[in-house]
Amino acid sequence: MENKNTKIITKQLNLFYGSKQALKNISLGIFEHKVTALIGPSGCGKSTFLRSLNRMNDLIENTRTEGTVEIDNVNIYQNGIDVVELRKKVGMIFQKSNPFPKSIYENVAYGPRINGVKDKDILEETVERSLKQSALWDEVKDDLKKSGLALSGGQQQRLCIARALAVNPEILLMDEPASALDPIATAKIEELIYELKENYTIVIVTHNMQQAARVSDYTAFFYIGELIEYDLTKTIFTMPKKKQTEDYITGRFG
Amino acid sequence: MQRHFDQELQELKSTLIKMGSLAEQSIEKAIQSLLLQDKELALLVINDDFRINNFEIEIDTAIVDLLALQQPVASDLRFILAAAKINSDLERIGDHAVNIAQSSLKLSEQTSFSPSTWETLPLGDELRRITHITKQMLTDAINSFIHLDAMLGENVLLVDDVVDSLNKQIISDLINVMKNNSQFIDQSLELIRVSRNLERVADLATNIAEDVVFITKAKNVKHHATDISDGEKKMNIEK
Repeated sequence: MENKNTKIITKQLNLFYGSKQALKNISLGIFEHKVTALIGPSGCGKSTFLRSLNRMNDLIENTRTEGTVEIDNVNIYQNGIDVVELRKKVGMIFQKSNPFPKSIYENVAYGPRINGVKDKDILEETVERSLKQSALWDEVKDDLKKSGLALSGGQQQRLCIARALAVNPEILLMDEPASALDPIATAKIEELIYELKENYTIVIVTHNMQQAARVSDYTAFFYIGELIEYDLTKTIFTMPKKKQTEDYITGRFG
Repeated sequence: MQRHFDQELQELKSTLIKMGSLAEQSIEKAIQSLLLQDKELALLVINDDFRINNFEIEIDTAIVDLLALQQPVASDLRFILAAAKINSDLERIGDHAVNIAQSSLKLSEQTSFSPSTWETLPLGDELRRITHITKQMLTDAINSFIHLDAMLGENVLLVDDVVDSLNKQIISDLINVMKNNSQFIDQSLELIRVSRNLERVADLATNIAEDVVFITKAKNVKHHATDISDGEKKMNIEK
């Protein structure tokens, strides 16, 4: 077996929206430099779980979290955690690409700038590195002043990935990153995810089971707030242990 | 666009090529063990068969993973389906090599049998021909897969009939040997087994070549399927 470290560990994680429990006792270890896919029907808690990994749920009123989420052995829900620092380390990509109404360059330089980077050379270097890592550089390098909003949907999503990479995160959370894209743009994002895992730990929520199969190393199947099964993606998609998983991935659900 | 899937397909192909080369070597050694009455070589073939079997399991697993995880279509799908079939064909070829090696051992136990016996048998030439042609068919089939060379594959298909009729000829000749000389019954029966095994290897080489045509031309040439026009097919069904 290859050597792998656990980057994130959740222990008995419960999450409530008001009186409704969205996550039930989730204990799960996420491996470093691997892609972990979260799958399950709508309302199963997969996006809630994803957002609990960088405390995005804090922004939703009336949420209450119990249990722990440890990243590099530090519970991110303990007192005194700097949430801004946390979200720098744990970047997020959303379903709908959301570039700022600024140039491509400024979109990527935004993060480093608000973190106090003023040196023009460093900024330029960061923009170039991030755009290269997000496989967008070759398409935009001659026109970095163009508005981010003038790019195609797929390019905008890769711009958002570059923007997330510019602040040197260690973990990338992706919430349906390709669901609004055409098949070619989707394939590009999937290839990109495959390349990025060399340097980042990636957790991806997807409704598209085939996508989970293609891009991930591990898959977690959620159902009504519970973690039903978690295993190597190969195992989940060839010989799942639970009947519920089998029914869901084969489309026999309900 | 670069696809990491291509890399996985390439890995599948190289594993199959390694397996193919082992199967080819096994057949070659089995034949040599027979012609030279070399017991050690025969034992080597028998003892090494597990390596081919291990490849079969490894490739089976890889194919299941590729089908489940990558949802291949078109040429990717044809390649993977053909790879699955070639995998079991190569495994069977390994088994036939073992059968030939076992026959070779049994023949060497016969005191009256030695390499020079070949010269005294009236069908020595035919047996040499069937081994030679079968080996060449297998080599060509594997090469046609390595280079995805449909033309080379189609040439293999043409030779299969030659092996079939040689096999028939050898069997009928050996029956005559047995009729005329009861001292050769054991040897003749063993040689019939060898000939049948070689004929099966040629069939399996033909299957591999057909799969190469399927991968490259998206054409099913099994059982002369493409020779029959759609109209004729319909008539055959109606009959």
